[in-house]
Order: sequence, then structure tokens, then C-alpha cells
Amino acid sequence: MRYLAPTTLEDAVQMLAEDPGECRVLAGGTDLLVRMRAGMTEPDSILDIKRIDALREITAEDGGWRIGAAVSGAVMNEHEGLCADWPGVVEAANLIGSTQIQGRCTLAGNLCNASPAADSVPAMVAAGAVARIAGPNGTRDVPVEDVPLAPGKTCLEQGEFVASIFLPRRGPRGGDAYLRFTPRTEMDIAVVGCAVSLTLDADGICTAARVSLGAVAPTVILVPQAAATLEGTRLDEPALDALARTCSEAASPIADKRGTVEFRTHVAGVLARRAAKIAHERAGG
Amino acid sequence: MSKIHVTTKINGDPVEYLCEPDETLLDVLRDQLGLTGSKEGCGTGDCGACTVTLDGRLVCSCLVLGAEAEGAEVGTIEGMAAAEALHPLQQKFIEHAALQCGICTPGILVAAKSLLERNPDPTEEETRYWLAGNLCRCTGYDKIIRAVMDAAADMRKAS
Repeated sequence: MRYLAPTTLEDAVQMLAEDPGECRVLAGGTDLLVRMRAGMTEPDSILDIKRIDALREITAEDGGWRIGAAVSGAVMNEHEGLCADWPGVVEAANLIGSTQIQGRCTLAGNLCNASPAADSVPAMVAAGAVARIAGPNGTRDVPVEDVPLAPGKTCLEQGEFVASIFLPRRGPRGGDAYLRFTPRTEMDIAVVGCAVSLTLDADGICTAARVSLGAVAPTVILVPQAAATLEGTRLDEPALDALARTCSEAASPIADKRGTVEFRTHVAGVLARRAAKIAHERAGG
Repeated sequence: MSKIHVTTKINGDPVEYLCEPDETLLDVLRDQLGLTGSKEGCGTGDCGACTVTLDGRLVCSCLVLGAEAEGAEVGTIEGMAAAEALHPLQQKFIEHAALQCGICTPGILVAAKSLLERNPDPTEEETRYWLAGNLCRCTGYDKIIRAVMDAAADMRKAS
């Protein structure tokens, strides 16, 4: 195996394109190294992107935040501006694994691992986050919800990798939240996850919302019909009832050792209601 | 395939080593450098027995490649006691009998030290969450938590 450690994005793209065998991109390594150890993947080369300075930074851009693919959960958690604008995204990222895992794990890695139960992905989808994908034909921007195609599969083409995640301008009277259900309080995988992001007008009416569900379909899903139940309302009880019902209807989970279809379907609605209330409070409602 | 030459700092001392591209930092520490305080429990980042700091961040050294330590600063359990003087956390672990078999102890001490550096006065809940990635199959955790809380109180008084 070869270990490649480019210091510029251009070099990384070139190395990835020219590598003759299977080359895996290494950011935090909290999924990749586990897979390698389990023999699930045996790459010919590893391309470590952590020596590319730009990919280790959180930078302000167009009123939003660009988060490099090598930025760890711990670094996000210490960034005041990011935490103020997108507390739901940061909280969701911080639910991944332990303190030790937080020292390494990344949003981009969580996205590219393409698990339907990934904690940070519903929060990014609700936030309207956009992944910047670098590759031999330049860069392209793809909404986060369009990156995972199936469990373990993404829309990345040969030679492409996610270089950064962009979280748009939060703006006034906005709030987001992510909640998940796990049997334990820590160190577990979501049985159901739900993220809500919304914006209120000066009168407290919801003008825009995005709702996303995790672990109830082959990929994390955006649920526009659930967002529609909130828009134009003050998030009163009938609106929250409609939100919960719509989210349960949108859920098409599998039954496994962590939860039955019936349980996951019900909990999707419960979490949506609770997450919406938190997001609403954060928006000043 | 040729080995990778790595220049790094471990517990403040400059160190050089040669490692295979797929060799973990944990294996380098233990098998090449003789720093066997860091333990391998699961090898998949679940148990925390291999916990070290990498540029001040708590990480599982089983999920870091040796090659990634180039130019970095690594902190291990071997750097915790000052010569013969135990760190207050180590002393409190003995006083509270916060260890039995001891396999998890180095990782928990490194993690607890990192917590107290960031937050000298953590609540019990904060301490339990911070250490959630350090599994102990002997103590039931209560004695560990008491030792950390007691060490934190003493360290606050001393500072």
C-alpha cells in the first residue's frame, strides 16, 4: 500500500486521477481504517487530505460557512460563529462516536460513508448544505441530499472526492435542530434521526422550512411535504400534528435488531415534532 | 513497498521512525518505540484503550496511521507523570481504587487529563460524557468518576 499526502487540492486531484489501483481518500479515518482492519476494503493507496491547509479550515463565505473536508467534529464544536448559526448541524456532528472519534471524524466523511443512519447528514440536508466535489474535470457543487444514492454508495465519480461542505447564510429568525433515537444516551447508532431547519418572519410565522429523516429509508431523505406542514403556521399544535403524521408517512424503514418498522415509523413523527419545537425556539419563536 | 520516514514529537521529545504505510500509530508506539502504555482493546475506535493526544486532540491511536504523525505532537500515558511524581489523576486513581485489571487505565487517564485541561471544573455528567468512549469492564465506572472529580477538585485548589 502507498501513503500519499498532497499539500494542495490540485495535487490531490492529480494523484487520485493518476493512481493506477484502488485509491481511498483519508480524512478522519474513523470509517476507513475500521474497514481496512476488517478486510472490507484493501486499497492500493491512501490519499491523506489533511495536509491541504484549505481543507482543515472553516471559512466565512457569502454569509455562510465553508467547512473543509478534513475539519473534525471537535474543531466545529469550538467554532463560535458556526455554533451560533447552525447549532443543529454541530450537535448532530458531535453525536458521532466518542470524544476520541470527535477529534478525527468529519462531515464529509460521514456523508461519503453513505450510511442511512449517519447523524450529521439529516442536519446538513435540513440546513440546505451543498457539497463541493473536486475531480479531474474541476469542481462541482451538489446538494448534500443528492450525494448518497444507496447504503454505502454515493454520486461521486471515479477520481472525485468531497473537498468541502457549504452551509448557507442562516439569516435572522432562523433555527435548526437534530434529534435521534438511540437505546443508549451515547456511543450508539441512530434508530431514527430527524432534522428541522426553519425561518420565521417578524410576526412569528414560519416562512421556510426543511425537514430531513435518517435511518428510515436506504438513504437520508429530504421530506418537502413535511416542511409544507410548517410553512405559513406558527408551529401550533395542529401544524405539529400534521408534521408528525407526514414524517411517519414518509418513513419506509426496515426492521432490524435496533428497531421494528412500526417503531421507527412512529418515532419519525415524534422526533420531527420535538426537533421542530427546538428549531422554533432557536429561531426566536 | 518502502517504509515511510516520520519525524514527530512524542511527549515533548523529538522522535524519528520508519513505518509501513498501513501501520497504525498504536502499533508504532508499542512495537517500534516500546511505549506499551497505550493498549489495544478493540482496534476499531470503540474502546478508548489506545487513547493518545495528537496535536492536543484526543484520538484513538488505532485509528491513526503512523505516517500521519509526521510533524505532529503526540502525547501518551508515558508523558503523564513528571519523573517519579505521579500526576494528581494517577494518584487519585490509586486512592479511589479506580482500576482493577488496568487495561483501560492509560486511555482513561489521558482522556481525563485532556478534559481537565479544557474544563478544570466539569460536572459529573460532563465527565461521564467525555469518558463515554473509554470502556472499562471491571470497575463499573463509579470509582473512575469519583477519582477524576476528586483530582479535579485538588488541582483547582493547587492552581
